[in-house]
Amino acid sequence: MNGKDTPLAPAPAAPATPAPAAPAPEPRPNPLAHLPLPFQTADYSLKGYHLDATVQPGQVVLAAQLMDREGFSLDTITGVDWLAQGQMEVVYDYFHPGRGFRAVVRARIPRENPEIPTLSQVFPGANWHERETHDFFGIRFLGHPDLSPFLLPEDADYHPLRKDFTA
Amino acid sequence: MSALFSKLVSLLDTEPYRLVVAVVVIVSFVALNAAYLVWVERKGAGRFQRRPGPTEVGPAGLLQPVADGLKLMSKQLIVPAGADSTLFRAAPLMVMAPVLMSLAVIPFGRGLAARNLNVGLLMIFALGSINVMALMLGGWASRNKYAMMSAARVVSQNVAYEIPMLLVVITLAMVTGTMDLNQIVLQQAGGFWHWNLFRVWVNPLMPVTFLIFYICMLEETNRAPFDMAEAESELVAGAYTEYAGMGFGVFFMAEYANIVLGCSLATVLFLGGWQSPFGLLPGVGWFLLKMYFLVFSVVWVRWTFPRTQFYRLLNLSWKILIPVSLFTLILSAAMIKLPAMIKLLRALL
Amino acid sequence: MIVNEPNPPGSAATAPNETFVLNLGPQHPATHGVLRVKMTMDGECVLRAEPVCGYIHRMQEKMGENRTYAQYLPNTSRIDYLSAMTYTHAFVGAVERAARIQVPPRAEYIRVITSELNRISSHLVWWGAFLLDLGGFTPLLYAFDDREMILDLLEGITGARLTYCYYRFGGLYNDVDETFLKGTRQFVLHMRPRLKMYRALVTDNVILRKRLIGIGPISPELCRKYGATGPVIRGSGVAYDVRKAEPYSVYPELDFDIPAFPEGDSMARYLVRMEEIAQSLRLIEQALDKLPAGPVMAEKVPRVLKLPAGDYCYAVEAARGRFMVRLVSDNKEIPYRVKLRTPCLSNLSLFEEASRGMLLADALALMGSLDLVIPDIDR
Repeated sequence: MNGKDTPLAPAPAAPATPAPAAPAPEPRPNPLAHLPLPFQTADYSLKGYHLDATVQPGQVVLAAQLMDREGFSLDTITGVDWLAQGQMEVVYDYFHPGRGFRAVVRARIPRENPEIPTLSQVFPGANWHERETHDFFGIRFLGHPDLSPFLLPEDADYHPLRKDFTA
Repeated sequence: MSALFSKLVSLLDTEPYRLVVAVVVIVSFVALNAAYLVWVERKGAGRFQRRPGPTEVGPAGLLQPVADGLKLMSKQLIVPAGADSTLFRAAPLMVMAPVLMSLAVIPFGRGLAARNLNVGLLMIFALGSINVMALMLGGWASRNKYAMMSAARVVSQNVAYEIPMLLVVITLAMVTGTMDLNQIVLQQAGGFWHWNLFRVWVNPLMPVTFLIFYICMLEETNRAPFDMAEAESELVAGAYTEYAGMGFGVFFMAEYANIVLGCSLATVLFLGGWQSPFGLLPGVGWFLLKMYFLVFSVVWVRWTFPRTQFYRLLNLSWKILIPVSLFTLILSAAMIKLPAMIKLLRALL
Repeated sequence: MIVNEPNPPGSAATAPNETFVLNLGPQHPATHGVLRVKMTMDGECVLRAEPVCGYIHRMQEKMGENRTYAQYLPNTSRIDYLSAMTYTHAFVGAVERAARIQVPPRAEYIRVITSELNRISSHLVWWGAFLLDLGGFTPLLYAFDDREMILDLLEGITGARLTYCYYRFGGLYNDVDETFLKGTRQFVLHMRPRLKMYRALVTDNVILRKRLIGIGPISPELCRKYGATGPVIRGSGVAYDVRKAEPYSVYPELDFDIPAFPEGDSMARYLVRMEEIAQSLRLIEQALDKLPAGPVMAEKVPRVLKLPAGDYCYAVEAARGRFMVRLVSDNKEIPYRVKLRTPCLSNLSLFEEASRGMLLADALALMGSLDLVIPDIDR
């Protein structure tokens, strides 16, 4: 099933790119191209999202601010533990309530010292998602107001979704 | 044999024995009502909710209250640590005692009042306020935040609703000219159009007065939609949270006894008491019929309406019921004095 | 509207040491499931409400890494047990999307019918429980009466009453029979007048209206910041529904409206859900009319599924909002990562900000109007 590809209105502060009036029938250029983020179009019918960007860990807050200005909402924040590569990937999913557009922003951080800035000032909803990701992976979100266990017991010091976790 | 029997009856009719018999009858009446009104409530709730209600214990669930009573009595009476144990234990008693005393002045039939006082109405309302104090003490003495919040709510709710209740009763006392409950019933003799409910030539807003009385009665007994004290889904069990076993049972009994008292009072004051429109049953039978009809309506209201918010409850009393009852009071006073005023005007002109 | 004015500053009631912490504990009649809310109260006023979750945390996401795709199917029903069909749909859809499995049209239509029936039964439970919270005890039983009809229908084809496991990768495991189709049509005819009765008896009741109108306002901006979806965002005026925004299954071929009410209060969320029941009935009727003949299972679905490496998402509109499954695969039989994006977590996260300064009864009405199922939050 194809996603609904209606164009986004351009961000007010960014240089105005006139949005195409009618939905184009073919895979079209990236509608978030005016943002300084490396978005690539993805095959929605396979992947389930329209745009995908991999950024540096230090850039995730900027990315969130830009997405916020475009009118996106934060869907979820999660992590993936790439044990073989010695990295953890933090995945931010965004959806647009007006247009149903789906965008993903990823960042890779080293596994031994997983730290990444928090989004909770931009999106207050990130507060709980980050607490949960910290619970499961041990990723520290710098600047988070309260990174206490969200789902695990209050005195938990283990991170179950790590690939080297043994119960 | 029958000479002995009639001698026994005449002995019982003399003063100390008569009072003892009346007290025993009242206490057992209250106990039976408390038990079986629970059955009525559960069956009623069931039927309003399209299900049968209790059917297992005894035929049609009639032994359910007995089973519930046994269950409650077999539980341990726990006093929470740190609670004020004297007040905690005293609260259920303080709720039950005034009701029993108030029922002593209600005329159940011709000559069937335990002790007919000529200020019967006043006594009932004097005792009625003890109810709220007991709930407040019980809630406060429980050392439980939910109970404390509920106690605070009960006090403000009761203060708010005592006022229109008393205004309505004053109006009625003015209209009937007496506070003696037996006299009030005797005034309503001779067919149902003589009931105080329809006495509109003295108080044109009499049905409104009855409605206000009914609402205030619902509120005094902490019944839904005014069950702020209990408000299950907000305050767990409110003032009753920490009470276990028979302590809770006594509160429950007192609630039903209060309902019986309130409905009896409504019957006596507005619906003609034991006066019968047309033969068939003795006076006490008509009294019980009218009273239980009102009790059924109380049960019906509980299972139909959701609960209102607390400040709206208080607003209903302070901003609607009090002005209306004040107006009715003044109107009745004017109407009572109307013939005298007309005569005075005629004399002047 | 009559509103309690806040106490003037400097009065005894606003002195900081007059506050107390009320624990709406894990066991409480109003929190549906085991949710603990630490409320800092000033008398009846809620100063801060902090939800504490995790009492029913079962680590569903780790279970996803220890089971094959097919073995994980029963888990999906138990995340939100009231809306189980739609959750299974999301997981099955994600795998089908990744493995490029084509589902036959008959299966798609039956999926829509069963998902919408599930949505109606979930909303009926919400309706009854919400009114129970507000003190009206009777509508719960009426709602359960209607719900029994749905449960009987679904039991006939799936064998389960609550946690169905009906969808498989490539379609369904069982075709529907005449009893189901006739029963569903009868249910639709039965339910429409019932909705009218509910409107007259409950929705138009003055006490309920006073209890809900203007209570718990949530702005669309608040919803967007917290990621709230479903009736919460639709009750704030934004007509966002995954069935229209990211259409899946055969929803593009069916005609339905997205109810959205702009007021943003509890009454708006209430009306959204009641209207959604009516829209679901409409969808079921159309799907029944358009139901094609044919197989209900795709051919050549491998017994042991291995998805190509990468990540795949699939989102559905569950009864409570947007539910998304994110699968990360490394070309093995078991997923590398299963992420479940549940609607109630985002919906509840705005409760702390939205309930500041409300009275206790109103805060509980707001919580009830968010329609929470705690296992959905905790997974």
